[in-house]
This record gives sequence, structure tokens and C-alpha cells, in this order.
Amino acid sequence: MIIQISWKNVWRNRTRSLIIMIAILLGIFGGMFLLAFMQGMTEQRLSSALKTEVSHIQIHSEKYLENNDFNQYMTDISAIDEYLSTDKRVQGYSTRIIIYSLAKTSEMGAGVRITGVDPENEINVTDLNTKIIDGSYFENTRGMPIVIGEKLAKKLKAKVRKKIVLQVQDTSGKTFPSAFRVAGIYKTTNTAFDEMNVFVRNKDLRELTGFNENNAHEIAIYLNNRENVTAVENDLESIFPAFTVESWSEGNAILAYMSEAMDQYLIIFILIILFALFFGIANTMLMAILERRKELGMLMAIGMKRFKVFRMIMYETIFLSLVGAMLGIIIAFLTITYFAKNGLNLSIWSEGLEAIGYDPIVYFQLDTSYLLQIVVMVIITGILASILPAIKALKLNPADALRIDN
Amino acid sequence: MKVIDIKKLDKVYNDSEVKVHAIQGIDLSFEEGEFTAIVGPSGSGKTTLLNMLGGLDRPTEGEIFIAETPVHELKGADLVDFRLRNIGFVFQAYNLVPVLTARENVEFIMQMQGIPAHKRFERTKELLTQVGLGDRIDSRPSKLSGGQQQRVAVARALASKPKFVLADEPTANLDSKSTENLLDIMEKLNKEEKITFIFSTHDQRVVKKARRVITIEDGKVLSDVKK
Repeated sequence: MIIQISWKNVWRNRTRSLIIMIAILLGIFGGMFLLAFMQGMTEQRLSSALKTEVSHIQIHSEKYLENNDFNQYMTDISAIDEYLSTDKRVQGYSTRIIIYSLAKTSEMGAGVRITGVDPENEINVTDLNTKIIDGSYFENTRGMPIVIGEKLAKKLKAKVRKKIVLQVQDTSGKTFPSAFRVAGIYKTTNTAFDEMNVFVRNKDLRELTGFNENNAHEIAIYLNNRENVTAVENDLESIFPAFTVESWSEGNAILAYMSEAMDQYLIIFILIILFALFFGIANTMLMAILERRKELGMLMAIGMKRFKVFRMIMYETIFLSLVGAMLGIIIAFLTITYFAKNGLNLSIWSEGLEAIGYDPIVYFQLDTSYLLQIVVMVIITGILASILPAIKALKLNPADALRIDN
Repeated sequence: MKVIDIKKLDKVYNDSEVKVHAIQGIDLSFEEGEFTAIVGPSGSGKTTLLNMLGGLDRPTEGEIFIAETPVHELKGADLVDFRLRNIGFVFQAYNLVPVLTARENVEFIMQMQGIPAHKRFERTKELLTQVGLGDRIDSRPSKLSGGQQQRVAVARALASKPKFVLADEPTANLDSKSTENLLDIMEKLNKEEKITFIFSTHDQRVVKKARRVITIEDGKVLSDVKK
């Protein structure tokens, strides 16, 4: 009956209870909405960065990583080649030649990173071929094809089939201009990447620079499952100790930090919301007790033990917290499910978002573990918020409380 | 048989700067089946005496025995439990739990005593019928008149089968018809069921019905008249 009375007491002052319930609902809803939004955005950024730019694992020569020097390439890569082609965890890998150089049109010039790829292998590692917005992926051109980003194309005023001159360095250290023709223009969600990176065929670069078939600057590996990164990385490191093997998180500190720090920010954010709710709930209950001192005094007088009074107030507080919280969680869950499927379109701000590498359509994501954590934290908040009012009720002296005039 | 026996009762309130000697050496006893009114002006010590009879306050000196239990020695949960099982309370402002129906208000006290559900229900119905509210058992207090609420309070006070019922100004908020009605019910319960009633009151109608009137003034018994 105590539970029953507590539940009925919640609805005694309907307006007040509803207001605090709505506050809890909004707090929980807002927290979860933001959590799922941020998590979705981060995950999207991470998977698109991995798929378009970084891949899961990269192999370089040790010295290349220090200064990206053209001459610090890996030699004798055929053993890695053979190993990777048989490892079932590997979805694809791409051998690359990389030159930091200049690109010029008749109009303008810009610093670029030229990546030489084997187009057929590259599609198993990155999704560049799916990002072409004009022209094609290394096809239909006379001469040496080049694929450039939209942002760079605008900057250089370059178009499909137009000529671009790259300043290329050969193995002896000599630099010379070479003409390429724009085969395609790509656009990723990261405009900074689009502005910096151009892609050409390995075959062409080898011919131009005299770069040996068995040498490369970089091998990028994409796995079937991101979970296997550490295992594959460790295997490669032990089999090929001469090379430097890096997982995406080691090679991209910012990306790794972003994905880890986001978790912590979100927890802090949720804690702040719960902290505010804690005071809201405790205050409402203290008021409720102040109004009911006489009744509580009467209950104690006729024989209700203090512990039961304490329990009654605790249940009441917990009901008050849980009704709002559960509704908030349900509404948030439905909203998140909707946006997880359909995405939230932020294209009004897309320019700013794309500049830092984010997709303007955010697909929400919320791990079940987070959901459980939130539910548990709300219940704990409810219990903590009930303690002060319940203690207040305990301190009532029945004889004094009965003399209070209502 | 003595229901209450008070010996050399003293109560001094020390909490303010001024020492208040609210009760000064009162000796009193109450027999089973009494219908007694305690009267006296405001500040006479009437409420203090009543609180101590009800186990809501502890004496500074002296002894209170209720059904031979030394109540002045009881503390904390034991005292609460003693009140639950031995004393019925009726208050001036009815003090029913507003979210519970008449039936639930009466049943609640029996539930606290650990009486099984089927027995509780039977007794509740019987009690509410005795106070003339057999047809209103599922009404909330807000749907009942003051007189009806006070009758529910009487039924609640009797639910625990107490040794006596302590009624603090039970008629102060009632009109004369309701007062008449309530007093008739209590008198009937007293005569037929041998239930002991002790009132504190200013109300002459209550005083008139009482078979014993104790007058308190300045913390002392001024007169104790049995009719």
C-alpha cells in the first residue's frame, strides 16, 4: 500500500508534477538526441575518413614518415604483396607512390599531394571511384589521366579533359613538368582533402620517374572488419619488421582523439543534465513535503514507522523521476530511430561542415550500452534526489507537525 | 481495570530562553469504558497532557502506564509501534490521507499492523457501517462533508482495536448537527462496544455528554468531576 500511496501522491499536485516530469523528459530527450547525433556524426566522419582517406592500416618505410621525402620509399614489397593477397581479413590493399608537388593550369597553381595508384586495386581500399561528380574514374582520356577534387578544380579553374601540369621529381632528384589530363573530378565530404589530393596512375608515375616496380611509398590496407585492425597490425609488424606498420588511430591522432574524446564529452554532458534534474526533483519533493507536514505528522502519530515514511517519500520521488525519464527515453528512442534511418539534413550549414570533413546528412547512432547507462544514471539520480526530502520528512516531530495550521 | 495510570507527571519545555513548566505533578488514572472530557483554557497544558497520553511527547519527570506498559520508557520505533497497537487518534482537522478512499484510510492502519487482507476488508466495512458510512466506503475525503470525514477518522481510530481513543477537539470544525451526530455515534460505541474515549475540548456539547470532566489550569488538575 505504501507504493500505492506514493504513486497517488505523485498526482496530488498535478501541475507541479507534470512540470517537473516535462523538465525531466526534455532533459533526457535532449541529452539522448545530442548523444545520438554526435555519435552518428563522429562515426560517419570516422568511417568516411577511413573509407575515403585513411584506410585501416598503412605501411611505410620508417624514414618516410619523418619528412615525406620522395627518396624514402620501401623496397622489395613483393613479400608484403604476397602476404596481403592471401590474408582473409584483408578486403583490399593498394600500393602507392606519393609526391608532394605543384599542380598548374594556365590560370593558377597550387600545392598538391600526388598519389599514384593502381585504379583496379584502389577501388578495394578507398571509395574514390564512387565520389566522381564529373568525368570518369581514370577512363576516356588521351594521355595520362588525373583525378582531382572539386575544390581544387575550382581553384585551378580546371575542367574534365583539360590539361594540368604537375611538377614531378625523378629518382635522381631532378624535377620536371609533366602534362596530365583531367579524367574525373571527385567530391568527398572533406573539402580540405579535396583541395589537396590528386590521383594518377602508378604506371604513369613509374614511367616518368623511373620508380621501380618493387618499390612504393605507401601500402594502404582496408579490412573486412574494423575490429581486426590491431590483430592484423601486430601480425604485419612481426612478419615485416623492416617496415613501419600503423593503424588508422596511430597514423591519425586527431581522428583517434575525436572518436575517444567524443565518448567522454557526451558522458560529461549527460552528467550535467542529470545534475540539473537532481536539483529540480529534490526541490519539487521538498516543497511537497513542506505542504504535507501535517499529514506526515498524523501518519507518524497513528503508528507509521519512520522508515516507512522514508520509503514512501523515496518511492514518490523515484516515480516522479521515472515517469518523465521513461517517456523521454521512449520519445528520444523513436526520434533517434527515425533519424538513424532517414538522416538529419544539415545542408544549410553544409559548407562549414564539409570544410572540416563532415557529411551534411547525419545518420543518428546510439549504442545499446549508452542507452542502458542513461537509464541506470537516471534511476540513480532519482534515488539520490529522494534522499534529502526523505530525510527532511524523517526529522518531523509528529506532535509539532500536527499543530501546524494548514 | 485501569487503562491509563499517570504518576507525578511533569513536563518542562526548555527549548526557548524561558522555561515553561507545562505540566506540574499531575496524578490521574482512567478506567476502561470511560467517556471523559479534558477541558481548560488555551495554554493550560491540555494539549501537552494529551500528547503525553498519546505517546507523542515524553515527560520530563513522572510515569505513564498504559495497560500496564511503562510508556515513559519507550523510545523510537517501539513507541511508534505501541501507538499503532494501543491508541486510536481522532484529530480536530480530521487528517485523513486525501489520496485514499474512506475504506483505504481505515484499512491502511490495519495493514501497518500486519492484518491479512480479507480480515481487513471485513472489519473496515463493519466499522464504516457502524459510523453510518456503509454506502460511502469508496469516496475520497474531498467528496465527504466535515462530519462524514470525522466519522471516517473515528472508524480509522477504532480499526486497530486500541485500548482507548484520544480525540483532540474532535468537534471544533463541525456544525451542531454533525457534532450531535458524531457524539451519538461515539456514545453508542462507548456503551455498546465498551470503547474508552478521552476528549480534549472547549465544546460544551461534548462536556455535557461526558461522564467525567477533568479541568486543567496552569499545568495542574483544577477539578475532576464524575457525573
